[in-house]
Amino acid sequence: MRTAHTIPPRPQPRRGQRSTGAAFLAASLLAVLTFVTLAGPLSAAAHAAASTSSPTQACEGTPIEKTVKGTLVNNADDGAPVPGVAILVTNCDGEEFPGETAEDGSFEIPITSGFGIVTVTLDPDTLPEGVTMREGARTTNTLTGNLTTLNTTFLIGPDNRTLDNKWDRVPGLIYSGLLFGLIIALAALGLNMIYGTTGLTNFAHGELVSFGAIVTFFLSSGVGIPFTDAEINLPFLVAVPITIVLAMGFGWLQDSWLWRPLRRRGTGLIAAMIVTIGLGFFLRNMYAYFTGSRFETYDEYFTPAGKSFQGLFTYTDRDLLIGAICILTLAVVIAGLSYTRLGRATRAVADNPALAAATGINVDRVISLVWIVGTALTALAGIFLGFQLGVTYQIGQLTLLLLFAAITVGGLGSIWGAVLGAVIIGLLTDLSTLFIPSDLKNAGALFLLILILLVRPQGLLGRRERIG
Amino acid sequence: MPDFISIPLHDGFSPIAISFVLAAMGLNVHFGYAGLLNFGQAAFSAVGGYAMAVTIVSFDVPFLPAILLGLVASVLLSLVMGIPTLRLRADYLAIVTIAVAEVVRLIFTTSFKDYFNARDGVSGFTGTFRSWNPYPTDMGRFLTFNRVDLWVMTVGWILVALICVFLFAIMRSPWGRVLKSIREDEDAVTALGKNVYSYKLQALILGGLIGSTGGFIGALGLASVQPDTFNTEFTFIAFTMLILGGAARVLSPVAGAVIFWSLLSLIAVILADLSTLSWMPDGLLDNTRIGNLRFAAVGLALMLLMIYRPQGLFGDKKEIALDAR
Repeated sequence: MRTAHTIPPRPQPRRGQRSTGAAFLAASLLAVLTFVTLAGPLSAAAHAAASTSSPTQACEGTPIEKTVKGTLVNNADDGAPVPGVAILVTNCDGEEFPGETAEDGSFEIPITSGFGIVTVTLDPDTLPEGVTMREGARTTNTLTGNLTTLNTTFLIGPDNRTLDNKWDRVPGLIYSGLLFGLIIALAALGLNMIYGTTGLTNFAHGELVSFGAIVTFFLSSGVGIPFTDAEINLPFLVAVPITIVLAMGFGWLQDSWLWRPLRRRGTGLIAAMIVTIGLGFFLRNMYAYFTGSRFETYDEYFTPAGKSFQGLFTYTDRDLLIGAICILTLAVVIAGLSYTRLGRATRAVADNPALAAATGINVDRVISLVWIVGTALTALAGIFLGFQLGVTYQIGQLTLLLLFAAITVGGLGSIWGAVLGAVIIGLLTDLSTLFIPSDLKNAGALFLLILILLVRPQGLLGRRERIG
Repeated sequence: MPDFISIPLHDGFSPIAISFVLAAMGLNVHFGYAGLLNFGQAAFSAVGGYAMAVTIVSFDVPFLPAILLGLVASVLLSLVMGIPTLRLRADYLAIVTIAVAEVVRLIFTTSFKDYFNARDGVSGFTGTFRSWNPYPTDMGRFLTFNRVDLWVMTVGWILVALICVFLFAIMRSPWGRVLKSIREDEDAVTALGKNVYSYKLQALILGGLIGSTGGFIGALGLASVQPDTFNTEFTFIAFTMLILGGAARVLSPVAGAVIFWSLLSLIAVILADLSTLSWMPDGLLDNTRIGNLRFAAVGLALMLLMIYRPQGLFGDKKEIALDAR
């Protein structure tokens, strides 16, 4: 530990992990090619090579029982089922679960696997006489989802569908993008409220997102509080409100111990921004310290059953509920800001603190309230993101870029702008995976950020005078 | 010499420290002289180091033209960061630079694997540079440094000295005075008929170029470039070094970087010693956690410095761009 370059490699959350996934996929494909050409006894060796050639591949979290499902139909024979085909499922630890398709062409293979990549391989040699894979179709599918039921398809026979494959993904991407956008809208609203009332661009905001996920994890997952024998194992639905209350306290503490004294000293905004950078860096490393830089998952609701919506996309009840809570929370906060006395006072402070103070508004109290509400909103977003990204100290770092892109696109300091910007960024990043590798989808957010600064720097709903 | 003196001294002058010195000097041009808030200095070092490494390894470009290409890449990066943001308030540049740095690292990690090799990074580009090494092959170690490190350090510290002289001269020139007055009052400079936007862009490019030379020295010192070297930690450590030394002085980022890197190394030595004590509970101070605590200390140091002593050790409080827009 003598230089910065010896920082041990950190576990990457799922979004960042696809690079190894791609390497694994490449290795498996290579193995399958060998498998097809050499056949016979060599094939087993080739497969072993596939599972050992990726030592970095390992499951995260506790293994749970899952089911891999699918149905083989032959397009050349008007969708007739294809029975008796050997299917091999390999989980992220390299354990193998063989299976076979039934008379109706369906297969259902129970497996146990942690959080990570599962591969499903079809043995083309076991296809019945006259049945062939579609030209160029894969015989190995890689599944990354964290649902208990993993659906997969193999393409057999000629492609006689009318729709282009790529556009089939659009409904699912819109669904996931919208959900992600609504979740980060909570955090973006918190960021924009703080920016609006204090002028502070809070680079530590991502760490408030992580706060929600990490505190909920420690409260609900029965993992001992670090370095003590104490253990809190609350039901998830109890842990969430407690986390929100703690987040409110955290926001209040931050304002009254740090930002209010700094405002009193007349610290400039640039100095304050550097302080937020320092604070964010401090918090992130403390989270890493207390979580041991591990990648964790919540105990409950982490792998709900996926349901298909009209065959267009897969949804889960949990995600629908999360979306509904996001919309409801956003509506309540925005209504509160628009119609209550305190909300009007907040907007007055955002507009002109000196004038607001002159009309008898207690500016410090309003700012304190904004910190409390803003931190609570952000922590709520963090709790939900814990499902999507896994619980890691890096959640904040991963989302900060998206949050800034969201509020800049929507308009710095604008309430509706934060929501609009977040939804746009959520949709854009997910839909951009149609054209660019999913590893790079956050680059799409940066692209939009730069584009909007070039053509409309105040953002879609922002006001001209803010940009300087 | 006991470890807690020799190791920090070794680290404080090592090739890695030089790469941070150069990054902090580049930040000094941005933040200290021009008042630009660049939170993405790591991107400049990364682009410089990678451009040099990849052109040598994959395209067989000779060493010196490869360096030149690294500098060109760094200028292009400045344009991407600067053109959309430099007409706007300071926080827009800060947001875009932090975002660009993350995306640059993302690209090096996930894309063009044939050239960038993902997390493994690029290596095998030091041949020409090492063949110029004038130190005798049988010299052994000199002041705990081996022959290869010594050659990188010689070049690195000469480069630092040259850039210091250059900055000293240019900041006293009319160009430098305009830059400092932009930091103090942009509107006044505009009223005097100067193109503030152009000056800011030039400052961003100059600081970026200095940062990318840090990328070269770091890459030559480690004999490889890896995306994780250039994470946000890199920028914030450089920033803390700059603030510790004192912004807007030519030599203070150099002093700040050496002092800070030695201190960071000292913390690691002390924590590692503490972790071997018998009464220390298991896991409280494993290697990962020692790293976390060191960086948490960096964050805390940056906060406290900015609050209680924004001029750092050697700076002048009047010279700090704290009230700029």
